[in-house]
Amino acid sequence: MTTAHKALPDVRTVAESVTDPELPMLTLADLGVLRDVWVTHTGTVVVSITPTYSGCPAMDAMRDDLRRALRDAGYHDVEVRTVLEPAWTTDWISAAGHVKLARAGISPPHTAPVRAAGPVQLDLGGTVRVVRCPQCGSARTEEQSRFSSTACKSLWRCRSCLEPFEHIKEI
Amino acid sequence: MGHSDHLDEYGDAYGAIAEINDEQRWAFGSSFEDPLAGVDVSVPSGVDGDDLAAYCLMLGDDALILSHRLQGWVSWAPELEDDVAIANIALDLLGQARLLLARAGKADGSGRDEDAYAYLRPASEFRNVALVELENGDFGHALARLLVFSTYRLGLLDQLRTSRDPVLAAIAAKGVKEVTYHRDYAARWMLRLGDGTDESHRRAAGGLAAVWPYVAELFVPHPIELRLVDAGVGVDPSTLRAEFDSVVEQVLSAATLEFPPEPATLASTPDAVSAPGKGRDGRHTGSLTGLLDELQGLARAHREATW
Repeated sequence: MTTAHKALPDVRTVAESVTDPELPMLTLADLGVLRDVWVTHTGTVVVSITPTYSGCPAMDAMRDDLRRALRDAGYHDVEVRTVLEPAWTTDWISAAGHVKLARAGISPPHTAPVRAAGPVQLDLGGTVRVVRCPQCGSARTEEQSRFSSTACKSLWRCRSCLEPFEHIKEI
Repeated sequence: MGHSDHLDEYGDAYGAIAEINDEQRWAFGSSFEDPLAGVDVSVPSGVDGDDLAAYCLMLGDDALILSHRLQGWVSWAPELEDDVAIANIALDLLGQARLLLARAGKADGSGRDEDAYAYLRPASEFRNVALVELENGDFGHALARLLVFSTYRLGLLDQLRTSRDPVLAAIAAKGVKEVTYHRDYAARWMLRLGDGTDESHRRAAGGLAAVWPYVAELFVPHPIELRLVDAGVGVDPSTLRAEFDSVVEQVLSAATLEFPPEPATLASTPDAVSAPGKGRDGRHTGSLTGLLDELQGLARAHREATW
């Protein structure tokens, strides 16, 4: 950080405080979407973010939110870069992120499956994961659909408290 | 903006819609920016930029056109959950298409953006295979097509992860994760339909029979693909057939379905469109023209429109 910025809040702290447009209980840092924040020798703040899914419609909103937050903090020269590699994984969601998701009634992901060598294996439905209901904690749950309101979630139902809930699917 | 001063910024719907800038959008998901912003898009040494761009269009157009067909299913699927599933799959494919079309514009030096490719090209410049442009049929047809397409594409993207073009490699690595569950979704539905009632079995078998004549085209290498294989950038699709057959066999046998007969020659394909690789060369059925009328109509009528 250059001396000119000494009086301003730390760029990383500002960038890390920006929340996800679709999961507003999480910051972009919690979600693992914020990859890096640095200041160039000419004073440009560079923030790199990575999309969760290829079609994530929130990327543009994230860019704007980052620029706005940094501008409000006094940084006017901001560049938001996309990084595609390595591909985002739910394993990057922080421990704090897991707690925040559960508190918001969304079941956090397990560890992403490790892919075996060779071609990608077909899953005809044999794999059953235990997902606990974020409302009542019961393990008597069932997956309704692998797809839900956003690309990153699947739809579940609790057979104990009968509430529906969403689970962040592991990728 | 010419609106009355007494209206606050939220009281003027037109102003809110028209006033597009970096930090104000009229709806979530609007006001798109370059999906490759900040990504190093230089063309690897020894690679022809026009070839690379054409290849990106092949892979991108497949995704764009099938995404559009799948979008046509939303609200027509048998269950709300399937509307949501199909919309999600269509969104993933659209995202892959955006990245690939954007990469094409950086590779051929034309500087065209994703919208220029999606909205302003005539059918003869689209490089998708015929399979993805076929009109929507019944649900069995939709799932049979998705099974065939996602099985082919997963094998392709998986190989492409080691492409010498780091942008393609990254797009592929991301796509593999997505197409894996697209294929699982299609496979599970084929299982339910095939091993379900007589009627559902009939629909699944009918869907497979309808799309099968278009399978061969997927695996016919185009000269551009072969040049890019030599350059370490592309995948020879003919190498993907064995894995494709083995995966489809796994699904069909679990679903009590049979492989449809392969047409003896590609000339016997309905519409006689798909002589080897003709989709890759811009030769298409009338279905694509109709699809593009719908996809491109607004953009062509209002060249200055933004969204």
